[in-house]
Amino acid sequence: MKWKWLADADDGRYTRGFIIRVLLKAAVLFVLANLIFALANPLPALGHISIYGWLVPSRPRLPYGENSAQAYNLSLNSIDAMFATHDITRVKGTGEYRVLVVGDSSTWGILLRPNETLTGVLNARNLESGDGKRMVFYNIGYPTMSLTKDLMLLDYAMQYQPDAILWPFTAQSFPRASQAASPIVQNNAETVRRLIDTYHLNLDAQDARFVTPTFWDHTLVGSRRPLADWLRLQLYGFAWATTGIDQYYPDPYTPHTVDLIQDISWDDFKTPDSLAKSDLAFDVLAAGIQRAGSIPVILVNEPMFISDGKNSDLRYNAFYPRWAYDAYHGWLLDTAAKNKWQLLDLWDSVDSAEFTDSPVHLTPKGVEQMSQRVIQSIVELIGLH
Amino acid sequence: MTLAYIVIFIAGALLYAALTSTEVIPARGRGWALLVASVLAIYLMQPPLTIRFLDFILPTMTLVITIAIWLFTRDTSAASADITREDKITFGLTLALVIGLSLTRFLAPEMRPTPSRPPDPLALGLALLIAGVVIFAVWRLLRGWQGFLTAAILLIVVLFAILKTEFLATTASALLRTTNGQNPELATAADLSWLGISYIAFRLIHIVREKQLGRLPAMSLREHITYVIFFPALASGPIDRAERFTPDLRAVPDIQLFIPPRLVEASGRISMGLFKKFILGDSLALFALNPTNAAQATSAGALWLLLYAYAFRLYLDFSGYTDIVIGIGILLGVRLPENFDLPYLKQSITAFWQSWHITLSNWVRFYVFSPLSRTLLRYKVSSLLAVFIAQMATMLIIGLWHGVQWTFIVWGVWHGVGLFIHKVWSDRTRKRYMTLKAQPRLLRAWTIAGILLTFHFVALGWVWFALPDIGLAAKTFGRLFGIGF
Repeated sequence: MKWKWLADADDGRYTRGFIIRVLLKAAVLFVLANLIFALANPLPALGHISIYGWLVPSRPRLPYGENSAQAYNLSLNSIDAMFATHDITRVKGTGEYRVLVVGDSSTWGILLRPNETLTGVLNARNLESGDGKRMVFYNIGYPTMSLTKDLMLLDYAMQYQPDAILWPFTAQSFPRASQAASPIVQNNAETVRRLIDTYHLNLDAQDARFVTPTFWDHTLVGSRRPLADWLRLQLYGFAWATTGIDQYYPDPYTPHTVDLIQDISWDDFKTPDSLAKSDLAFDVLAAGIQRAGSIPVILVNEPMFISDGKNSDLRYNAFYPRWAYDAYHGWLLDTAAKNKWQLLDLWDSVDSAEFTDSPVHLTPKGVEQMSQRVIQSIVELIGLH
Repeated sequence: MTLAYIVIFIAGALLYAALTSTEVIPARGRGWALLVASVLAIYLMQPPLTIRFLDFILPTMTLVITIAIWLFTRDTSAASADITREDKITFGLTLALVIGLSLTRFLAPEMRPTPSRPPDPLALGLALLIAGVVIFAVWRLLRGWQGFLTAAILLIVVLFAILKTEFLATTASALLRTTNGQNPELATAADLSWLGISYIAFRLIHIVREKQLGRLPAMSLREHITYVIFFPALASGPIDRAERFTPDLRAVPDIQLFIPPRLVEASGRISMGLFKKFILGDSLALFALNPTNAAQATSAGALWLLLYAYAFRLYLDFSGYTDIVIGIGILLGVRLPENFDLPYLKQSITAFWQSWHITLSNWVRFYVFSPLSRTLLRYKVSSLLAVFIAQMATMLIIGLWHGVQWTFIVWGVWHGVGLFIHKVWSDRTRKRYMTLKAQPRLLRAWTIAGILLTFHFVALGWVWFALPDIGLAAKTFGRLFGIGF
């Protein structure tokens, strides 16, 4: 295509002075645009703008993807932008009983289609609450293991008026040192600090891993990564809309290990006497329940693979040595009983054949087995129509 | 061409223009600078290959073939029969650059301009000597033979066919791997990814054909090499014509490059190209039709969305590159030909092909359509049949230029049939169309309908272009109309 006004360049308009004026104006505009952008900080507002839900269907789970080109999805740090793509932004009808399902990759559904996840299976049952409302489950799980990340997402999702909360987790989300290991936690340091302050969490508000943006990070140039992420998230909406795919499914996937290494360490804890209850973030769990207020919360100790292979006398699976999981398990049951938390203990409730690429990722059949127990618990706590 | 290379080329072109204005590069040195940059670029841009030394050998072969074609086609009329001093300097400089690049094998990997470690300079020198002797001997022995230049064209076509045919390229790769002591079972067609060969081959054929027709302008070796491998147009065209390129190149010493109108025009074209390619095109690429999402699409509407994204992505990507290339050319003093002229706003498939990849369309029109249709008419074939055969052949060749596979053949046939139908249709409706000019509203409606119909015809053709598997392409084509879901 010819650019006519530029192609007719010999009309005498384009002098050295013209170029200098254009370059100067461009430089001034560039600086001004960056300053205004930094001062106005429009990124949070931009995060709420989304094509999902009107131009393309909203997503049943939060954006996450390490292999964007094949997953039609990506990991980003803007919680506003993530939630703006989600089904949960739909207006809550009077006949809806809204249940948030918080959690890690197991809840999010690694290797599972949206309808095969725990929320997908529960929604397919068309459950009705005791007062005759249709129970709608919303998957706000996110594939990193940190109770602080769960609390952060739960805190954000409370604005969507949940009626109940289902919170599956596993021991791997508890170590205090790994609470800030997740990029989404590190890049939302302000929110996490507010939670630490509000709920007096025993976490380091000055953790060196927290990313504190400088003034330059707020400029247009400094914000190019979050801006590009936001744009890509919108564009992948079309791929999501046309394919219904929101994660990459390797075929075949690498299965979890059955034969285990001869090692009894867990995270930074090398021996049984190195782990104390205070090393686990039970206070973050309590903060989540406190944040829910009067809304019923069902805690779920996630099912995990229990190996009978090599060194299974030392370890349950690749994640956990027996001593560490047993210690966590005991403390969890004890804490839940003391605080009268509704705890559904499903740690050994799914057949060992129903795990995929990790000791906590379930097959569709495994999710079915888990969902049976979850429904029983919902009946007991909330009651069904 | 990656963004990194584009930035290097833009910076290099700006520096070149600036240096010419301060006479750091003297007027007589400008053409030489373009030659050196082009020779270096074919090595710099060559993608790394798994077959040992091949990513050095292929650019070297580009130079060897290019020089051989110059030798075969150069003007040997009495006035300019001798190889000039400038030609000898060009040859020596090119050879020195190649040997010099091979010497970088002794540098640390991060210091090398080549994609992998170059071969041993002595072995390379010996191979080049042998190649030179063979080429010179062939020229001396066969230059009087009438079919010599035709044989040269055939050789280029055979080489091109091997590279573009997956089976042949894989077989050739296996042979090279065996010769090199590498595992032939790992051979793939991608092993022979030869930078710019599609454009280089067509420029070389153009030169040989023009020589046969007696229309080739006299070109020095420097002009000839610069024309064939002019670095901005190496990877994505356009396919310039020698008689158009050469006067520009000869005028380079006499024009001012670093002047405001030129800088404004060049920066405008480059900015537009960068915006089209890297902002718009790459954004659409995130959901444009491809083999994976074609199989995953859940409805006909979804497939149409993917197809529209592909159609616009392809245009923005390719025309964006062309804008960048033309912009860099303007900075260097060479005004390369336009390759696109709003093709999706054309009212007929004929007009589309006059505005899409214009230089390729022109090339095929000059060397396939026109001679073939003339020959057919000479053999008393009916004019309609002659047009049909010539159009089908033309479009098949454009299809095969992209790769020897069934989907490109179907794509070529699709457009060949479309062009023929349009020809018959326009012949029959010409009178009625003339009457429309008196009815502006009807004419506007007719125009819009023509644009929409042409665009959708082209878009449906892209199904065969985008999907290399004929089965998947056929299935996708059906699914666009709701068949097969």
